[in-house]
Amino acid sequence: MASLRSVVQTLSTLGFNSYLPGFLNGTIYRGPLKAICLPSLNCYSCPGAVGSCPIGSLQAMAAGLAYHFSFYVFGLLMVFGVTLGRLSCGWLCPFGFLQDLLYRLPTPKFSLPNWCTKIKYVLLSGVLLIPLIPTSTGIGVLYFCQWLCPAGTLEAAIPLYFSFPPIRTAIGALFGWRILWLLAILLFVSLIYRGFCRTLCPLGAFYSFFNRYCFFRIHLYPNKCNQCGRCSAACPMELPVTAEPNHPECIRCLKCTNSCPTGAIQFKYAGHTTKEGINFEA
Amino acid sequence: MKKELVPKILLLIGITFIGFGIYQGEVMEVLQKAIQICLECIGIG
Repeated sequence: MASLRSVVQTLSTLGFNSYLPGFLNGTIYRGPLKAICLPSLNCYSCPGAVGSCPIGSLQAMAAGLAYHFSFYVFGLLMVFGVTLGRLSCGWLCPFGFLQDLLYRLPTPKFSLPNWCTKIKYVLLSGVLLIPLIPTSTGIGVLYFCQWLCPAGTLEAAIPLYFSFPPIRTAIGALFGWRILWLLAILLFVSLIYRGFCRTLCPLGAFYSFFNRYCFFRIHLYPNKCNQCGRCSAACPMELPVTAEPNHPECIRCLKCTNSCPTGAIQFKYAGHTTKEGINFEA
Repeated sequence: MKKELVPKILLLIGITFIGFGIYQGEVMEVLQKAIQICLECIGIG
């Protein structure tokens, strides 16, 4: 039976990309909802996207001539960060969902060296700063969208390639790079759990600052914990759960709460504890 | 107590930023960019 998380991930993936005429006609949704950023990495040029990608919007606003810092987009990201934290990564992100599915493939599995998780903070800095550097046209470069975003290739470039023929005449070396990069990422995430989220996603990097201060928190009851270590063994992100329950890398999959035999790990929202015994994997 | 206050302050700052952004007219700018196919995103820009 599918876990509740898989159901929510499926619904969010379909919901965030529910503009079906876009896929059929090779167009994108142009309604007012596009003014609102989604809480996850979801390319706004995906034919089905009904909202904006926060990373794309942040870069596009910084690269433009009118505003170099978008209070609106940054404020939305802060609200998502403080209300959900990396729950967005674990439960709502379509590209995260894809990574979960690919990791189920029977490929060899590897651990991720800790230093690799720092790369995404460099990329986040680039998202905030590189678009500010004007090119000869006076407009900055959306470097992450242009060179590094596999979600854009998968959700926008490939569907539009097939549904909007004029694009085929315009593709060049960049498109080829994007396809190769996407294939490399898809292979990478089949070998390392959430490899893209952990190493390269600037949105995950942004939300990771909020995990300790988010309304959604994992709470450890030390008097109930018998140090059996099942929680850390169950954690697919390879985190020391009892040492740091609200670790910046925790995507709130809740495998730790479900694996704990004594109920020592529970989640709280805004200070309210959930009922004991809810199994999100069942 | 301090830990409970931090998210509330962050939420307040976030909402203030959103309000200021709306006041500055950023919403239309976000919309204008999002309703056009982003050439960078699809690998031809």
